[in-house]
Amino acid sequence: MGGRMVDFGGWDMPVQYPAGTIEEHLRTRTHAGLFDVSHMGEIDVRGNDAIAFVNRLTSNDVTKLVDGQAQYSALTTEKGTVIDDLLVYRLSADHLLLVVNASTTDKDWEWIRSHHAGEAVELKNVSSNYCQLALQGPDAIAILQKLTDVPLSEIKYYHFTTGTVDGVDSIVSRTGYTGEDGFEVYAAPEHAEQLWSKFLDTGNFGAADGVLPCGLAARNTLRLEAGMALYGNDVDDTTTLYEANLGWICKLDKGDFIGREVLAQQKAEGVKRRLVGFEVTDRGIARDHQDVVIIDQRVGQVTSGSPAPYLKKNIGLAYVPTEYANVGQEIQIDVRGRLVRAQLVKTPFYKRAK
Amino acid sequence: MANVPEDLHYSKDHEWVRVEGDQAIIGITDYAQNSLGDVVYVELPKTGEDFAANEPFGSVESVKAVSEVFTPVAGSVVTINESLADEPEKVNTAPYGEGWMIRLKMANPGDVDSLLTAAEYEDFTKAESE
Repeated sequence: MGGRMVDFGGWDMPVQYPAGTIEEHLRTRTHAGLFDVSHMGEIDVRGNDAIAFVNRLTSNDVTKLVDGQAQYSALTTEKGTVIDDLLVYRLSADHLLLVVNASTTDKDWEWIRSHHAGEAVELKNVSSNYCQLALQGPDAIAILQKLTDVPLSEIKYYHFTTGTVDGVDSIVSRTGYTGEDGFEVYAAPEHAEQLWSKFLDTGNFGAADGVLPCGLAARNTLRLEAGMALYGNDVDDTTTLYEANLGWICKLDKGDFIGREVLAQQKAEGVKRRLVGFEVTDRGIARDHQDVVIIDQRVGQVTSGSPAPYLKKNIGLAYVPTEYANVGQEIQIDVRGRLVRAQLVKTPFYKRAK
Repeated sequence: MANVPEDLHYSKDHEWVRVEGDQAIIGITDYAQNSLGDVVYVELPKTGEDFAANEPFGSVESVKAVSEVFTPVAGSVVTINESLADEPEKVNTAPYGEGWMIRLKMANPGDVDSLLTAAEYEDFTKAESE
């Protein structure tokens, strides 16, 4: 397909296709983009204690899920820092599916296994049992509906169902990493090519308003515009949930979970630094790992910096001391020796029209 | 197949040089812009700045990455392509024309003799992509 391939955590993946990152990004926001995200990991948790077990290891409240519902969550350490961010899918009261990042799948699996303390659960790393394709954008639902009898308009955001897509048994989930409406389809890996080709064909790949296959670069610019964190950049095992702006997935009242004590303390006392969004106001593009300078002091670092193709601005996320973490605060970023001005803004940078 | 105009000189860093008297106009090749992807930002020097041959004079940014650009010949900057500030995509659409980057007054016009011809550059890029 003309994808420019790179190694990504052991997976051979396209950075971009011939249309280019900007076109892939814009097409996803205006029509549809297709992403092969089969590199993501999946962990199966079954048994009477499935919910209790996962609730102990993650920060969000699993007991709030109903069958066919998913939630964004985090695997936390004793320090309230993050092992990985993930989605927890409830298939039934005794069956959960955890969908984790590709680069952390092995780490997460080891962590989860080693924290099994006698609960009645069966754990399985089923990552190689699934391929995953994400079809995102305002046209995604119309395209996918042509390939399935599942009434897609009835699936609410962050809900899912099982059914057939182009005759293939699938999990169809109304989730995504772009800030657009769309679906993530999980199926047995031997059907990946079939589904990929069918989505492109049905989505009119090649037409000016048709679906475009999208690479890693567009995946990154889309999620950044939508204010979504990237594990390893914006959140990692040195950042707590409250520092990372993820307090909303931290349900202290649900009962005990790993890291709860430290997190409760942080909630009460506040944190010393916070993840904030910024817009570059000078000429220049802020990049990952560049220093943030406030009143001549190096006070933090950019965790994700990039052009935002839809907003036509250069944006990013960075950790700054809490006293400066306010919308409107002016900062500077050391862009390869040149101090470039930026301003803190609210996130998400982009929110789709309802 | 990348475009490689006959009348230009080329460097192994994928810059081209057009000679006009004792001046050199410099940009990046079609092969380079294609490898980079969508150019979103170009950093150029100020007029009057001096560069030795093979010194970086600026940078070109795609969405994902930053790449330095090097001048194949020594000289002093006469003019820069100011339009690239607002239209960096010209580097993609017209790398040998409107996407030109800087014009130098050459310190040693003989510098171009050690550069590649169009045919040599074409062979070079073929070998690189194998």
